Amino acid sequence: MQQIHLGPIDYALLILYFVFVLGIGWVLRRFVRSSDDFFLSGRSIPAWIAGLAFISANLGAQEVIGMAASGAKYGIMTSHFYWVGAIPAMVFVGIFMMPFYYGSRARSVPEYLKLRFDEKTRGFNAITFAVMTVFSSGISMYALAKLLELVLGWNFHASVVLSAAVVLIYIFLGGLTSAIYNEVLQFFLIVLGFLPLVLLGLKDVGGWDGLVAKLQPVATNAGFAPGAWSDSWQHMTSPTSNPMGVEWFGMVMGLGFVLSFGYWCTDFLVVQRAMAADSMTAARRTPLIAALPKMLFPGLVILPGMIAIALHGTGGGLLPIGADGTPNYNLAVPVMLAHYFPSGMLGLGLTALMASFMSGMAGNVTAFNTVWTYDIYQSYVRPGQSDRHYLWMGHMATVFGIGASVAAAYAATRFNNIMDMLQLVFAFVNAPLFATFLLGMFWRRATGHGAFFGLLLGTAAAAIHHGLALPQTAVPGLKGAFLGAVLHTYPSEMAQNFWTAIYAWTTCFVATIVISLLTRRKKSDDELRGLVYALTPRLKDGDLPWYRQPAALGVVVLGLTLVLNLIFW
Amino acid sequence: MKLDVRLPIGLMFALFGAILAGYGLAAGDAISDRSLGINVNLWWGVVLLAFGLAMLALAIRAARSGGGGASAR
Repeated sequence: MQQIHLGPIDYALLILYFVFVLGIGWVLRRFVRSSDDFFLSGRSIPAWIAGLAFISANLGAQEVIGMAASGAKYGIMTSHFYWVGAIPAMVFVGIFMMPFYYGSRARSVPEYLKLRFDEKTRGFNAITFAVMTVFSSGISMYALAKLLELVLGWNFHASVVLSAAVVLIYIFLGGLTSAIYNEVLQFFLIVLGFLPLVLLGLKDVGGWDGLVAKLQPVATNAGFAPGAWSDSWQHMTSPTSNPMGVEWFGMVMGLGFVLSFGYWCTDFLVVQRAMAADSMTAARRTPLIAALPKMLFPGLVILPGMIAIALHGTGGGLLPIGADGTPNYNLAVPVMLAHYFPSGMLGLGLTALMASFMSGMAGNVTAFNTVWTYDIYQSYVRPGQSDRHYLWMGHMATVFGIGASVAAAYAATRFNNIMDMLQLVFAFVNAPLFATFLLGMFWRRATGHGAFFGLLLGTAAAAIHHGLALPQTAVPGLKGAFLGAVLHTYPSEMAQNFWTAIYAWTTCFVATIVISLLTRRKKSDDELRGLVYALTPRLKDGDLPWYRQPAALGVVVLGLTLVLNLIFW
Repeated sequence: MKLDVRLPIGLMFALFGAILAGYGLAAGDAISDRSLGINVNLWWGVVLLAFGLAMLALAIRAARSGGGGASAR
């Protein structure tokens, strides 16, 4: 594609943004007095701030770029990643799980596992999580720098160093509070930066109806029904009738239940924001407040991709064609920015992209430094030190966490295959997690051995399933069938991933129950108070106005999501 | 009390808005052919400016009514 040329005004906006994020860190530095301030904001964040940070930390550049790419490739079915694959889990974690996370006073998700189960379950979760966060922030840094190199002609090394340094400085100075405040700022920047793009694009294609009409040839050319790009559910009865190659059951169970609940309910990156809230009800409302903008995000991040492919189809090749003859979907966002934004707005759009990258990276880094310091360093390396020492370690962990991410970004430039393999292993480890938490929170008989070996068996089940199945067009290797035999062929990679998750979860669920029944319970009812549903006093929200009651808010969120699904059925 | 998060947000968007709107006024419609003939710098600059000022107003009101800061709901 033709490179985008930035003018002085565009750089002025970008620099102004850097000044503000660093300034926020600078002002907040004097509030960091204890490790609790640095890692958990002293549990003082109001619900709406925690809620916006919750959603912003999740909204990395990979999501902005990737969801638009998906919108171009699969159409509005991509919104299932929001309406099925996020909202229900966000409601669940807010209403049912937050009482245990927040109420137990655990300082991290792995620490909850230690309180509920045992040391080895915590250790397994803490170490895999720490490694995963470093790699995922490295991989997204790599992706961003590559994109900026391609689109703007920026130097790869300069992009990596600059973005890493800014995030490092503001977290080092102000800890989690600084990350959260900046995430709120980044949230508004992302919304207000991409909204005009969507509005201009929609006006250009003749509104929603015009877009639907223009997407029909895209669908029929690919051999699908005319509405395949603009109906979210109608073509899901069989995997062969929609571009994702997934049927509704695999999607609802694999994505909507296993993967989505596994991420939103157990990933410390998001849960940490709610743990920093100033009260139990604020913590419970955090994911629910986050769900409100989240359900509208498809309009912000998927629509640009859909508009791009609609224009690509009729306007003569908007998207550049890759080596394999298909459009380069990952360039949908930058191409759209260059297509509609003049100098000035271009700076705003680019700053928004940068903001999304930084919010995602800061989420990873703050989660990493907390898990490293509390769950690894304090538990296994040097227990029993002063709080001052752990605060110092938190600062150090921020530095070497970011250093390791930069190293991972460079590793990604050289060893693409190793990175793909690592991400696959992470997917295996993550898939069964929710079964462990579900049983831990709602079944007091679940034991530490059950949880630990259930997790291991679930991970193994994911690897075995993946190793014996293959997507239709793929060759054996990382994409599947590495165990030498193909027992099942899936219509698409996505379908295979969803089913891998379903097998992993089910194995972990059953194995944890069986092993728990065979092993002795080590934790007494007294020790499990506040950690398990049956042993925790019910929370009473009756005296709050309805819009501040988590349960009522949850019903509203689910109702609105249902309406969205019906509108775009 | 910690910093009220609406303060930096309001300030930044007000500045962004003022810069964009000013640039839109100065450049006129000359660079609007990409954006469907709309002077998007000017109009979106005004939107950002209004958003920024509204955030600032909320932050200032909270500070005046005492306590304020991050304890604002």
